[in-house]
Amino acid sequence: MEIILAIITGVLYASGIYMIMRRSMVKLILGIILLGNGVNLLIFLLGRITKGEPPIIDSAEKVLEGVYADPIPQALILTAIVISFGLQAFAIILVKRTYKVLKTDDLDQLNTTDEDS
Amino acid sequence: MLGAVLLGFLFSLFLVFAGSYFRGKLAVLSSLIPISLFIYFLTFLPQVSAGEVIYENHEWIPSFGVNLSFTLDGLALLFALMITGVGSLVFLYTAAYLKDHKYLDRFYGYLSLFMAAMLGLVLSDNLMSLFIFWELTSISSFYLIGFNNDKADSRKSALTALGITGIGGLLLLGGAVLLGDVAGTYRISEMLMLRDVITDSPHYLLILLLIFGAAFTKSAQFPFHFWLPGAMKAPTPVSTYLHSATMVKAGVYLLFRMTPVLNGGEIWHTILISVGAVTMVYSAFHIIFRTDLKGILAYSTISALGILVFLIGIGTQAALIAAAVFIVVHALYKASLFLITGIIDHETGTRDVTQLAGLRKVMMPVAIAGFVAALISGGVPPTLGFVGKDLIYEATLHFKDNAIFLTIIAISTNVLLFYAGFVAGVKPFMGKLPEKFEKLHLPSPLMWLPPLVMTLAGLVFGLFPGLIESAFAKPIAMTQAIEFEDFHLKLWHGFNTILGLSAITLLLGTVLYFTLKPKHALENAIAKLDVIAPKDLLLKLSEGFAVFSRLWTNFFQTGYLRHYLSIIVAFLILLLGYLIFTDFSLEIDFSTLTELTIYEISILLMLLSGVLYTVFTKSRLAAVAALGVVGLSFSLLFLFYSAPDLAMTQFSVDTLTVILFVLVLYKLPKYLKLSDTGLRIKHGVLSISFGILITLLILRVLNEPKNTEITEYYAENAYKLARGKNIVNVILVDFRGIDTMIEISVLIVAALGVFGLLKLRLKSRDKK
Amino acid sequence: MKTIILKSASSYLLPVLLLFSVFILLRGHYLPGGGFVGGLVAAIAFVLDAFSNGLDKTKSVLKIHPGFLMPLGLLIAFLSGVSPIIFSDLPLMTGLWVENPIPVIGAIGSALFFDLGVYLVVIGASLTIIFTISESA
Repeated sequence: MEIILAIITGVLYASGIYMIMRRSMVKLILGIILLGNGVNLLIFLLGRITKGEPPIIDSAEKVLEGVYADPIPQALILTAIVISFGLQAFAIILVKRTYKVLKTDDLDQLNTTDEDS
Repeated sequence: MLGAVLLGFLFSLFLVFAGSYFRGKLAVLSSLIPISLFIYFLTFLPQVSAGEVIYENHEWIPSFGVNLSFTLDGLALLFALMITGVGSLVFLYTAAYLKDHKYLDRFYGYLSLFMAAMLGLVLSDNLMSLFIFWELTSISSFYLIGFNNDKADSRKSALTALGITGIGGLLLLGGAVLLGDVAGTYRISEMLMLRDVITDSPHYLLILLLIFGAAFTKSAQFPFHFWLPGAMKAPTPVSTYLHSATMVKAGVYLLFRMTPVLNGGEIWHTILISVGAVTMVYSAFHIIFRTDLKGILAYSTISALGILVFLIGIGTQAALIAAAVFIVVHALYKASLFLITGIIDHETGTRDVTQLAGLRKVMMPVAIAGFVAALISGGVPPTLGFVGKDLIYEATLHFKDNAIFLTIIAISTNVLLFYAGFVAGVKPFMGKLPEKFEKLHLPSPLMWLPPLVMTLAGLVFGLFPGLIESAFAKPIAMTQAIEFEDFHLKLWHGFNTILGLSAITLLLGTVLYFTLKPKHALENAIAKLDVIAPKDLLLKLSEGFAVFSRLWTNFFQTGYLRHYLSIIVAFLILLLGYLIFTDFSLEIDFSTLTELTIYEISILLMLLSGVLYTVFTKSRLAAVAALGVVGLSFSLLFLFYSAPDLAMTQFSVDTLTVILFVLVLYKLPKYLKLSDTGLRIKHGVLSISFGILITLLILRVLNEPKNTEITEYYAENAYKLARGKNIVNVILVDFRGIDTMIEISVLIVAALGVFGLLKLRLKSRDKK
Repeated sequence: MKTIILKSASSYLLPVLLLFSVFILLRGHYLPGGGFVGGLVAAIAFVLDAFSNGLDKTKSVLKIHPGFLMPLGLLIAFLSGVSPIIFSDLPLMTGLWVENPIPVIGAIGSALFFDLGVYLVVIGASLTIIFTISESA
């Protein structure tokens, strides 16, 4: 299973990078989201995956023992998911504003800092 | 002492805010700062001449061994007095020289910034703080040279000077770090004890070269000398202060300071003597070809700096004393000559020596100052210059090898310096006053008193050399850690070889002055050789560098996101790919892998098809929907693999993201097919190889054993310390609570950004 | 989306979902849940209400602009972080707990207030983003 997940991570990275390299701004955002998902999966995978053993202490116990999933990557990813929501929202609005002002969806039209472009 | 150093910084800071009130008469008041500092340092004179060394230490970055530690010994005191003394006169002089200048406040700001930096430089006992002050002097010099910033010439000269001295600064930093590494301390006073450790270290030669590089660039030694004539574009008070009396001597000061630490025999002597000798002769001969008064003075300054380096290279006690005395001599006469040149320039509007004559009739006190300055410069008895020159000859005559040769070099340089002094100090005042200058009158005493004071001081010190001896020469000799022999400075040594040599110098100098007249023809002749001069060679080099960096930049900085990304990705693929290929061992232990069931396979298929559909669909809405599928597959995946919190969060965020897209997407245009197929294939190949790389990396990492120490700590203590049983949540709200706090702040910033981007702009547009 | 079913369902769904989100928030320390998820669920509840009843109505239910929840949440989180310093001279972020658990809510401690802060910030941020966008769309 790990091998397949590793391949899926590779696919997510590849498609994310490919989308970011496109000229359309919407594709850029989709690419960023895919790449973000890839990173989450990468972290999750490198923390080793465990099936059916969430890192929650049993109500009778006081210490977590035996086999359990690593909580650290989970905590990392949890915040990453929420933050990337903020990032996506901001990026989407940036695209929207840009389109409204410049009337273009083409990133190549934006590669200048001049106002009159 | 810290206060004394900071005073100048504080004053320039004050001028930033109160500069606009700083006009006219008020400018004179600012000279109270250098004057009071001068008096402050003067009070240390009795202690220091008695051989005492005063230390003061303020912690700054103690963990790096970088502290503001100051030391006041004979050498530091000499420089401190020179900086504040000449500084006082220059501050006064400037008040008249730039009386109605628009940026007078700015000028004083730079000037006091420089003064403070220079004081810090000579007082620093810590190599790192010395380096910082060293750089500050370069920076203030840059602003002062480029003070007339509306002239392209000024700006270019300022940049050249900054470039050269900046390179020197870097070398100094390198030298200081190496030296500190070898010695284990940055304190110069502690390095004195470690001389053997340093000279025996394998890095000794490198340290020496780095320190020399710093000193030579700052003190305008051949072949780095050319920034100094360019620096004469600065207003005359700056040339006086920075580029003759103080800043350019920082390199000499550094060599002086380092003599007891680094003087390790042959190589030290050879390099310093040869560089000093070449510089002093080369630039002394240049004097003949100059007609601009400041040009003459610039080259004679370089020549004098060459003499100083040369003397330090000789390194005997006699030579070091000669150097110490010559520093004083040079500061007195050269600063005076510069100020006089400034007066002439200010009044007549020209500095061309072929046009100036007979000015004594309109400005007698200036003429007197000029005459005395020329006498000091030429080493005519009974001035201090004579004492200084005698000491030089004594040093060269008693050096162990090549004494005759070195003496001849010294004599020829001195002859030319004699000529330079007379051309600059006497010639403009002699002869018949041209008609156009008849209306001139004497400027404000603020301008002519400073040079007069300095030249008279040169005269007094010459008559009573004991003053210099007890105040500076002896304490400095003691700082040099060589075996101290008692000595006395005298004006009259009786009839001996040295007197003969002095007489020859004076005679030849006089002959030269009367036979050789500055002509433009000579100047033009030498200009033709500029092509092979170090300056032009270096300028061409720098131009070539600029062209190269422009090409380089244009190649990488195209402004296209995909180019940047391709370069980064390609570089990573090459680098990591190389590593993986050279050291690839992929052993997968299938028994440790989690088993694959039908549920997971179906989720993964869903995920995969979602991803591929997102990439390849032509409809935006379909892409968004596919993205939703990807997100949902993720939350299922998290659920399967023991991360219920993640599953819940991913699910909720996914819902919100899709809503977000749907809200905005209809306002956006349809996909355009912008890239051609070739580009798509290229990008596809890049992306796929990057994906493969990531996959391989993951498999490699999965091979390695995992460090579970932190995980176990959390598992152990989640309930004991934080009374929580959901460890993920405990980490978020307790163990790493501050991180979470910052993360929610980021979220707030993003929300505010969205709000601002949409609301505020719309409002301002509505107003239009 | 003006369907009668959604409209009538949402008027019941909003309070139920909000209650659910508080439930998730409270159980976070022992079972899956917590401020982040709770906040997101609450935000979704309001968005759903906005879809069916219109933005203005949802806003009037909220009374204040959701943006104000962000500083409020941050303040609560911050105060719960510094409370150990203020109350018992312990280092920053030390957990403080009320000795006996209260029925329904469970054990009360500074960590719960911290989570409450996170909860409010997440609601505030998500709603600010979505409301702003749908207003200007």
